[in-house]
Amino acid sequence: MAVGFLDRSRTIAPANWSRWLIPPAALSIHLSIGQAYAWSVFTPGLEKTLHLSGTQSALPFELAIVMLGLSAAFGGTLVERNGPRWAMFVSMVCFSTGFLVSALGAFTSQFWLIVLGYGFIGGIGLGIGYISPVSTLIKWFPDRPGMATGIAIMGFGGGALIASPWTSQMLTSFGVTPHGIGAAFLVHGLVYAVFMSLGIVLVRVPADGWKPAGWEPPIDHGNVVSAVNVSAANAIKTPQFWCLWVVLCFNVTAGIGILGKASPMITDFFKQTPTPVAASAAAGFVALLSLTNMLGRFVWSSTSDLIGRKNMYRVYLGVGALLYLVITLTTNTSKVVFVLCAMGILSFYGGGFATIPAYLKDLFGTYQVGAIHGRLLTAWSVAGVLGPLIVNWIADSQKRAGKLGPDLYTTSFYIMIGLLVVGFLANELVRPVNAKFHEPAADAVPSGSEVK
Amino acid sequence: MSEFTQVQSRTGLMVVAWLWVALPFAYGIYQLFLKVVQLFGG
Repeated sequence: MAVGFLDRSRTIAPANWSRWLIPPAALSIHLSIGQAYAWSVFTPGLEKTLHLSGTQSALPFELAIVMLGLSAAFGGTLVERNGPRWAMFVSMVCFSTGFLVSALGAFTSQFWLIVLGYGFIGGIGLGIGYISPVSTLIKWFPDRPGMATGIAIMGFGGGALIASPWTSQMLTSFGVTPHGIGAAFLVHGLVYAVFMSLGIVLVRVPADGWKPAGWEPPIDHGNVVSAVNVSAANAIKTPQFWCLWVVLCFNVTAGIGILGKASPMITDFFKQTPTPVAASAAAGFVALLSLTNMLGRFVWSSTSDLIGRKNMYRVYLGVGALLYLVITLTTNTSKVVFVLCAMGILSFYGGGFATIPAYLKDLFGTYQVGAIHGRLLTAWSVAGVLGPLIVNWIADSQKRAGKLGPDLYTTSFYIMIGLLVVGFLANELVRPVNAKFHEPAADAVPSGSEVK
Repeated sequence: MSEFTQVQSRTGLMVVAWLWVALPFAYGIYQLFLKVVQLFGG
């Protein structure tokens, strides 16, 4: 389907191509689309200039996340078929066009154009861009798939760190007016198009049969399944896929439970103590969580290459539940304990995202791992609604009941502990995929899949 | 193109590619550091 420069056949790497050129290609995409988490920087200005409510100003972001899940789920097979360059190009066009349409919306004070541009068109760019480098990285780094996908997905976490101060400075320079916001959208669209182009130009797929020098696929480690390849259509018929769907959904829900309300949460928690938390310090807490969310993606995902994917998720879900329990029991007795536990939970949240592609590769092989990953990301869309809904609804109802401080969140935390335990059990149920779902051996490329 | 020239151009490409993503990332980390300092009373 893809033609010319974008065609998969044009991206096959020459023999002396370095695989270490692929992570920056992937990062140029993920650092860009990670801007999505910095959408909130635009909202005060939009609310003021276009007279919107908080719910309305969040619409473009919410639609973008829904479109991320949907386009990753439905576009995954196309991405596998047409290759990473085509996918990165589509992502760049959609993401940048989204900003340009939003700029038009801001210039003309038509909010629906911003929803259409950033939310719908840009959201497709998020989904296709998110999965675009995953299977390519796994094929280049069969010896360290967790580390490789961890680098890229860390970029998604890091994108907001760049975009947040950059957008703030731009709005300060251009002014918080429809024209100023429109100019900021325009600059975003143009700069991200240039920045993402590096990935499009640089990305290569390894030639058939390529493997790292001196590396041989592992054959037998007791519970190993080697040379397994499962198609995306078959993968969703397996219990393993749905177990991982529950694992990802509940791990993300638990992380968003804190991330989505971090600033008011730490302020509420310590309001009645001798050391209340000021707004500027709460911003520092949010920044710290962003940092651990990002680092967890690389550190934990790389660790999973050493201890195995199943063990890594035991840590995310089991230790995550214990950290939530510590916060629930210690309440506001120690700010240090609260901050450290929240950092741990957010590092597991990021790690959960980054490790899942390698887990899928272990179970289903490299054959259509990008498409399978795309389908699994629907769990993210559900969690994106579920997590904030639980925490916000319970906090609001507790406030109405006259409660204060940690009491606003205790029930939510117990629910998160319950969800993490369910996720832990779902992870325990993961077994090697039944042979009836495997692709015929002739199509199979040894992947060294294993479930440890 | 000789093998030596190819190796040189690959090294240059590697440096440019990593700087392309590392520089904005470093800016983001620096800005984040400034905010974190405020949490602990800086």
